[in-house]
Amino acid sequence: MMIRKRRGGLAAASALAAAALAAASCSSGGGTASSSAPASSAAAEPVTIRVQTFGGGSNFGYKNAITKWNAEHKDIQIKEEHLTDQFEQQYWPQMIQWLQAGNGAGDVVGIDEGGMGLAKAHPEWWADLKEYGLDSRQGDFPAWKWENGLTADGKLFGLGTDIGGMSICYRTDLFKKAGLPTDREKVTALWPSWDAFMKVGQQFQGKVKDSKFADGTNTLYQVVLYQEAAKNGNVTYFDKENNLIVDKNPAVKTAFDFATKMSQQGLTAKLRNFTDEWAAGTQKGSFATLGCPSWMLGVVSGNAGDKGKGQWDVAGVPGGGGNWGGSWLAVPKQSKNPKEAAMVADYLTNAQTEASIFTDFGNMPSNTKAQQDAAVQGAKNEFFNDAPIGEIFAKSAETLQPVFLGVKHAQVKNAIESVIQGMDDGSVGYDKAWKQLVDDAVKAAG
Amino acid sequence: MSIDTLPRAVRHTPHRPPGRRWRSRLDVKAMPYTLVSPYFILFAAFGLFPLAFTLYYSLYDYDLAGTTEWAGLENYTKLLADEDFWNAVVNTVGMFFLATVPQLLLALFLANALNKRLRLRLAIRMSVLLPLVTSVVAVAVVFTQLYARDWGLVNWILGWFGVDALNWRAERIPSWIAIATMVDWRWTGYNAIIFLAGMQTIPKDLYEAAAIDGASRRRQFWQITLPMLRPTMIFVVLNSTIGGLTLFSEPTTFYNGNVDGGSQGQFQTVAMFIVKQGFREFDYGYAAAAAWLLFLLILIGAFVNFMFVRRIGGTK
Repeated sequence: MMIRKRRGGLAAASALAAAALAAASCSSGGGTASSSAPASSAAAEPVTIRVQTFGGGSNFGYKNAITKWNAEHKDIQIKEEHLTDQFEQQYWPQMIQWLQAGNGAGDVVGIDEGGMGLAKAHPEWWADLKEYGLDSRQGDFPAWKWENGLTADGKLFGLGTDIGGMSICYRTDLFKKAGLPTDREKVTALWPSWDAFMKVGQQFQGKVKDSKFADGTNTLYQVVLYQEAAKNGNVTYFDKENNLIVDKNPAVKTAFDFATKMSQQGLTAKLRNFTDEWAAGTQKGSFATLGCPSWMLGVVSGNAGDKGKGQWDVAGVPGGGGNWGGSWLAVPKQSKNPKEAAMVADYLTNAQTEASIFTDFGNMPSNTKAQQDAAVQGAKNEFFNDAPIGEIFAKSAETLQPVFLGVKHAQVKNAIESVIQGMDDGSVGYDKAWKQLVDDAVKAAG
Repeated sequence: MSIDTLPRAVRHTPHRPPGRRWRSRLDVKAMPYTLVSPYFILFAAFGLFPLAFTLYYSLYDYDLAGTTEWAGLENYTKLLADEDFWNAVVNTVGMFFLATVPQLLLALFLANALNKRLRLRLAIRMSVLLPLVTSVVAVAVVFTQLYARDWGLVNWILGWFGVDALNWRAERIPSWIAIATMVDWRWTGYNAIIFLAGMQTIPKDLYEAAAIDGASRRRQFWQITLPMLRPTMIFVVLNSTIGGLTLFSEPTTFYNGNVDGGSQGQFQTVAMFIVKQGFREFDYGYAAAAAWLLFLLILIGAFVNFMFVRRIGGTK
């Protein structure tokens, strides 16, 4: 009897173990969302607000702003999670998955302009910031930046962080080596047009062998694309009804032709931006120029490190301004602490914070009050030889044209960049590249 | 055994409640199944269910951020006409051969060397397993730097022989070679240890008899070790086939963690293609169909390799 009993017990135990295993397997992979109590229970643990960002170097430039907030707010602590450098290929697909699954996304998440079309089309993903009184912020932003943060049904979900603006970052030591002027005024005067820019490139390449004139085809392609978009109804790959117009929009073809010429003339280091090799190349002097919207300054200085200080400078861009990039902050509906998250989003986009991000790292504020701040207007960037970035970017900020980007912009952008990169690295023939670009764009638009 | 006495006594008791007997029979009949059930429950949850689920959704047009509609076999027909899919198949099979053939040969000879009397034998045997316990990411970081275009060690060494710097991530065959070396670095030692275990089950007297007959070491290897190792070899080859055809981590980390596998998919494997379709394009149905085609590919690959290995040492 004893033994029987034990056997029965064993059977029960093993059944239990099996059940436990099954249960454990189901609960694994659970989210890491913060589950702290709301701030009302004052003595309780502080609420942690996770802010998720992307981009290379100093990316959103939140380091100092977060340190400051955390010192002042014991009850709400911000934790930045920089997920990856790449938006279209990694950050955004992961984010969409989290938003759709209702678990995994941070309390505040950064969204690049390329993702805003899709974000607007999914109001169910977002908390309505109007509920937390943030519609009062409307006066802080230019109309287009504000309106792009509204969903199709009028919910306020995104607050503007930075805007693009345009410049060319260049390495003074390499320019010197090539016998070119290094002073930023003179450098700007070298290239009134993109044709002149390429001529300077050939001159450079004639003297310098171990470095290339430009990083790759991509950053300059983007600069030209956005400049041309402004001349073609402010659209790039999609028209305002979300029809794919890659093959019809002259802006795309012009930018593509420019990239082709740069590549054919051997002026590029064939590096794609936001890859490790590109970051290493920034540091090691693989290339002398790249297209630099304001937020790229922080990427360059972050990638180059302290040793690069003084090697880089900022010049004007051939052919006038343009607006590549810029982001928004949103609060996903799945956040357990939407009220505190909204406070953090509000703080990170207010005039004072955006102004200090600009002076510290270079991301041009979208907040108009910050743009008018004397500290911003007169800002100089120490890393870039004290370049007067306030003058370079703030002036053009007022005249920036908002460019419309479609729902599937991020996917199409990646497909097109891959073809252009492939053309540059030799895996797509020059004669076949345009056709493949259009085909791949159609495929990516699905 | 006293076990039998008590139940018999119980059985003869007329007032025994009827539930008891039922319970004891259940105990005898059900317990073995209960004991083996954890494996089957886990297999059902993580093996069978995903298989069935994938099959189900491969018949639907299932967009994560959109709608789900019945599509029949459309995903499959689309896949078979998709150049990108075939590109991934060619890459996968190509890298599989580049990685697996040298890997298994090397593992075999390594095992043979380790099967001899050596100083510090255990330490040396353990050390061939070391690459396996290093994380894939660490391996990838090191190899990514070795194969860097601009400051990579491999290009530097090639430069001594007058070879121009290769762009390892842009050219197809070089990228395959780079990834194959990464795979081999990790898995050769593992396979060597399995071969070694197989070699140790071969009776020593066979070798002694051969030695008395005057067979050289080399002859002993080809005529005793290899044929006797056939069962181990079948296991290792099937295992490598499955591993090689589902290759994912190495080529992904080789390209900054991107599943594109190069600007034009120069080294995108089928597994990467599936992840791209499912989790970047959010076309779950399409990814599910691709997963089933990969399953078929593995079945075919495993079968071909099995037939091939069965002939090894062919004295049958």
